[in-house]
Amino acid sequence: MKVVEKSARTIEEAIEACLVELGIKKDQAIIEIVEEPGKKVLGLFGNRLAKVRVSYEDDPGIIACKFLENLTSAMSVKADFDIEKNEGHVVVNITGTDLGILIGRRGDTLEALQFLTNLAVAKKLADRSRIVIDVEGYRKRREETLISLAKRLADRVKKSGNRVVLEPMSPQERRIIHTALQNEWNVSTFSEGEEPNRRVVISLKRSNNVS
Amino acid sequence: MKEVIKVIAKALVDQPDEVLVAQSSTERTVHLQLTVAPGDMGKVIGKHGKIANAMRTIVKAAAVKDGRRVIVDIDQ
Repeated sequence: MKVVEKSARTIEEAIEACLVELGIKKDQAIIEIVEEPGKKVLGLFGNRLAKVRVSYEDDPGIIACKFLENLTSAMSVKADFDIEKNEGHVVVNITGTDLGILIGRRGDTLEALQFLTNLAVAKKLADRSRIVIDVEGYRKRREETLISLAKRLADRVKKSGNRVVLEPMSPQERRIIHTALQNEWNVSTFSEGEEPNRRVVISLKRSNNVS
Repeated sequence: MKEVIKVIAKALVDQPDEVLVAQSSTERTVHLQLTVAPGDMGKVIGKHGKIANAMRTIVKAAAVKDGRRVIVDIDQ
């Protein structure tokens, strides 16, 4: 959080001076009026200046949490938020009871939540920071499930020689499958179809690639 | 339901004061009419309606509890 206080003849001028110093737009700022401009006191001391305090939240994690707090309370969901800063991205963990509604079918709601939170944060901050949202460790669990599914299907492909087409997945989930199987020497993976119905295909590597 | 759309829309547009949500409901469906400033239409719809669809996904999740269908329309 950055805070600047300035005095000027009018409130508008004081706000403007603060915004210039912080290098932000008015809709990114939280503005407090510390002192209203006053009339001359007995004609002696001149005008009392207007004083304002302008603060600017520059922490992507906190902006994301505020947005999610407003959103979940509008959905009448009780939840706690916990920010974890990683290199290049911020993870917001949401915990509470009965949060299945925030995950949705195959994580649809979670994806939408993450997408909108990233937009809301990008709106307030000039530099782009990536926000990852997780609910009750869902992403971690899902990743483990996908990896074991990938290994199982790869074995089936090796035995039968037939290719296997998986159900449609988001780019992140497809990446997990590709990564899990990239070191398998006799199967290859690729994606086919158009978003949002793009699917991973696991197939045998062509024999001329296998030594 | 109305609040959900309002919170999201206000966080995305340039003119949050112009955001209005009207709600009308029957026993089966809730109809939400989102109005934003003309210049902000793109901010709540997105490429190929991506933002609008994400908002719909969230309100649908919020409506699961009452077991009602939600329709979200956007207007300027």
